[in-house]
Amino acid sequence: MADTHKPPQDFTIRMRRYDPESGEAPYWEDHTVELAPHRSVLEAILQARDRFDGSIAIRCSCRQAICGSCGVRVNGEPALACHTHLDAALQGAKDGVIEVEPMGNMPVIKDLIVDMDAVHWKKVQRVTPWLINKQPVPEREYLVSHDAMVDVTQSMACIQCGACVSDCLAMEVDPGFIGPAALAKAYRFVGDPRDDQQFERLNDLAQDPQGIFDCTHCFKCVEACPKDVNPMGQIMRLRRIATNDHHIVDQNNGERHEAAFTGLIKDNGLLWEAELLPRSYGGASWFGKFHPAAGKELLSSLPSIIRALIRGKVTPMGALKPHKIAKSDLQSVQSIYREIEGRPERYELNLYVSGEDEP
Amino acid sequence: MPAHDVLIIGAGLAGQRAALAAAREGASVAIMSKVHPVRSHSVAAAGGINAAISIDDDWRSHAYDTVKGSDFLGDQDAIEIMCSEAPAEVMHLEHIGVTFHRNEHGEMDLRAFGGASMKRTAYVADITGQALLHVLYEQLLKHHETVDRYEEWFTTSLLEDEQGRCAGVVARDVRSGRMEAFTAKNVILACGGAGQAYKPTTNGLIVTGDGIAMAYRLGAPLMDMEMVQYHPTCLVETGILITEGARGEGAHLLNSEGERFMEKAAPNKMELASRDVVSRAEQIEIDEGRGVGPGGTGIYLDVTVVPRKRTLEALREIVNLGKDFAGVDITREPITIRPGQHYIMGGVKTDVDGRTPIEGLYAAGEVACVSVHGGNRLGANSLLDTLIFGRRAGEHAAARAASIPMPSVDANAALRRDAAMIDAIIARPHDGRRVSEIKNELGELMNRYAAVFRDEAGLQTALETIARLKEESEHAWIDDRGTVFNQDVLGALELGYMIDCAETTVIGALERKESRGAQFRTDYPERDDDQWLRHIDITLGDQGPHVSFSPVTITQWQPEERKY
Repeated sequence: MADTHKPPQDFTIRMRRYDPESGEAPYWEDHTVELAPHRSVLEAILQARDRFDGSIAIRCSCRQAICGSCGVRVNGEPALACHTHLDAALQGAKDGVIEVEPMGNMPVIKDLIVDMDAVHWKKVQRVTPWLINKQPVPEREYLVSHDAMVDVTQSMACIQCGACVSDCLAMEVDPGFIGPAALAKAYRFVGDPRDDQQFERLNDLAQDPQGIFDCTHCFKCVEACPKDVNPMGQIMRLRRIATNDHHIVDQNNGERHEAAFTGLIKDNGLLWEAELLPRSYGGASWFGKFHPAAGKELLSSLPSIIRALIRGKVTPMGALKPHKIAKSDLQSVQSIYREIEGRPERYELNLYVSGEDEP
Repeated sequence: MPAHDVLIIGAGLAGQRAALAAAREGASVAIMSKVHPVRSHSVAAAGGINAAISIDDDWRSHAYDTVKGSDFLGDQDAIEIMCSEAPAEVMHLEHIGVTFHRNEHGEMDLRAFGGASMKRTAYVADITGQALLHVLYEQLLKHHETVDRYEEWFTTSLLEDEQGRCAGVVARDVRSGRMEAFTAKNVILACGGAGQAYKPTTNGLIVTGDGIAMAYRLGAPLMDMEMVQYHPTCLVETGILITEGARGEGAHLLNSEGERFMEKAAPNKMELASRDVVSRAEQIEIDEGRGVGPGGTGIYLDVTVVPRKRTLEALREIVNLGKDFAGVDITREPITIRPGQHYIMGGVKTDVDGRTPIEGLYAAGEVACVSVHGGNRLGANSLLDTLIFGRRAGEHAAARAASIPMPSVDANAALRRDAAMIDAIIARPHDGRRVSEIKNELGELMNRYAAVFRDEAGLQTALETIARLKEESEHAWIDDRGTVFNQDVLGALELGYMIDCAETTVIGALERKESRGAQFRTDYPERDDDQWLRHIDITLGDQGPHVSFSPVTITQWQPEERKY
C-alpha cells in the first residue's frame, strides 16, 4: 500500500527513446524529477516532458489505471506507468535509476509507444469478441445468476493495456499465439450464460494450434496484469470447460497431454518426463506407448532430448524411471487431488467472487 | 478524399452509440478519435446508469428527480425523452452483452445514487463505464464492415461550405503526421467535456474541450457553460474520483469532529443529496475549519460502515484506488476526499435530436448541452445522456443523409490552412512560455475562481488572466519537431481549445447573477427565477464572445424550492 506521508525527493528516470524519423537507433536518456515517493512513474515521465523535453512520447489519459493507455516496462517488468509508485520502482532499479522502456512483443512506433493494432487488437478480433445471443432474446433482461455475472466481471475488468501481451513467453516463441488478453476476452463470452456458441467458441480455440493449448503456464501474464484479470487462469478455465464439460478432444492433443500431466503427478508426486509423451498420445494404458503419433513426436523431439542429455538437464536413468518423493509427500499431493476433485462443483479462483481474499 | 454520410468525432459512449445507430439506419459511417476508442474517458465512469426499470418505478419519477437535480434549469422535454427511453436503452445494452450485476432473482440489480428518489442505478461492480465502453467497442468490431474507424486521428477543424453548413473535418493522423480532409453530410461531435481546463480534475488528460471549441469557432452557440460540476468525493492530492456508488452503498461523510454534517444541509437524503449540495456542504466544513487531513483541506469518506464483503465485490475498483493512490484500505479506515472538478453541464447547444443550429453539425454527450442536466447533473445520468442522445443524433443524421447530396466544399484550402498552422507552431522560437506552464496556470486559476463558490471580483480576475494566457498561448513553444506521434504540437492545439472553454465558462458565470445548481455566487446567494430561469448562450461573433438568452422548456414541473 502506498505510504503518502513522505516528502518529495529526486528520482532519476532512464527512458528508452526512439525517433523513427531520425534514422538513429534507440537510445537511453536520463531525467531527474522531484516527486513524493508514492507518486507514479507516469507523473515522473510527465514532469520530465513538461519541464525538460516535450518530445517524449507516451500514450496516457486517466492517471488511475482504468483507460489502459500507459503500458510500459519498468525495470524490465511490464506495468502501467500510472499504477507504479516511484518508491516501488526504485526498489527494483539498478544503480538507483528507474528504467522505463516500451512494452515487448509489439513493434515500437516512437519512444514508449508501441503498435498494439498489429498484434493485440488483431488477436482480439480473432476470438469473435461479441456476444452471440441465446435465442429468443427476452423482452427484458436475460435472467441469469448474480454469481455468473460477477464471475465474468473479472475478465470484463481487462483494460486492454497489453501488459500481459508484452511479456507472454509463448508469444515470444510463437508470435501467432492468440495470447493472454484475447483469450481472457474469449472467456468473457464462454463464461457468459447469455452466449449461444460456447461449444463452437471452445472448439475453435481448442483446435487452433495457436489457441488455448499453446499457453505454457509461465504465469507471466498473471504477474503482469494490473487489474487482477488473471489471464492464464481464464485460459485454464477455457481448457477445463472445453475438456471436462464439452469433452472436446483437440487435434493439438492438448486435452490428453493435460490429462497425462495431472495423472502422472497424481501417481508419482512429480512429473515423469519419459512417460508424459506416450501417455499424451495413448492415454494411461501401457499400450499407449505404441501409438504411432507418439513415436512420430518422439522422433521429432530427439534433437531436443539429445541436447538435454548433453547439457545434463536429464540423465538416462532419471528419464526412464519415475522420480521418487517421500511417501508422506506423495500422500500430501494426493490429498490435494482428493480435496479438489471431491468437491461437487469445480472450484475457480475469482477475486470478485471470493471477495474476501484476506481476513 | 474520404466521404461519409455521417462522420463522428470522438469514440466514447456517445460517439460509438451514434455510429452504431447511424450504421443500423443504412448510412455510410466513420468514427474518428484522437485515441483508441477504449481509451475514451467514458471508461472512467464508475457507478452506473439510471433507468426506471424496476416495476415499482416510473420514468416520470426519474424525470422529476432529474429536473429537481438540475435546479429547474434542465429542459423538461429533453428530460422526458431521456428518462422515458432509458429502460429500453438499458435493456438494449444488456442484450448486446453488458454484464450488469444481478439480484437474487437474476434480474438487474439496482443501487441507490445521489438525488434519486429510489434505487434505479444499474451497474457492473464499479466499472460500469468501462463495461459499457468495451461492449460497445465489441459491437464496432462486429460491424467493422459498416463502420470505418479512424483511430488516433486528431481533428483540427470543422469544414464549412458556402451556405455555412458543416461539411466535414480536417484531421491529422497522429501516427504519421499526415493531414487529411474528410467530407461528410453530417458531423456528430461526441468528444467529451473540458475538464483539463481545471486542475485538479477527475477527467483524463485527453479531455480538453476539442469539440466545444471547434463548434464555437464555427459559430455554434455554447449554452450554460458556467455550470461546472464539482464531484463531492475526489482524492485530495490527485483529484482522482471515488465513485458516488460508495455513498450509494451507504458510506458516510464526516468532518474533523466526527459529525455527519450532511444532517444540516440535507436532513432527508443526507450523503445522497445531489452533487452540488454535497460539494457545497463539504466546502463549508473545510472553509469553517472542520476539515481533516493536512491543512484541513479534506473530508472523511467512511466506507467501513458498508459490509466488507459487499465493498470488495461491488466497489473493488475504489478499494484498489484507495490502496494505490492514497495509501488507505477503505474497508478498514476512512479515506480523505474533497470536491473536485468532474463534469460540465454546459456545452454545444443542441435540440433533442442532437442538432446544433448549424446545419449538418450535431453534438451528443458531454460536449453537448441539450439540456438534460441544467444546473447540476445527477450521478449515473451522464452515461444515460451519452447513449440516448448519441443514438438519437446518429439516427437523425442518417435520415438526413438519405435526402441530401454530398456537400461540395473546397477542403484543400482548409487542409493547407491547418497544415500551415501546425507548421507554424512547430517553428515557434523558444522565447515565450512552454505550453505546459500555461496549461498549469489556467487549471489552477479556474479551480480557484470558477469553482464551488464564486464572486464577481474573482471571476473578473479569472477573465483578465485568461485573456493574458490566450495571448501567451499564441506564442507558446514546443520541443518536438517531428511528424510521428508529435503529441507536443497536439498539446498546443488542445491548450487553445481549453482556453476557449475556460473563457466562456467565466463569461457565463459572470453573467448569471444568481445561485443555481453548480453556480453559487457568494455575492448573489439566492436562486432568482424571475430573472435567471433561462439559459445563457454564448456565440463567437466578429467582436468576440456574444451573450444571449433562451427560455427553459417547462412541461409538467413548475420550479419549487429545492430541498433534500
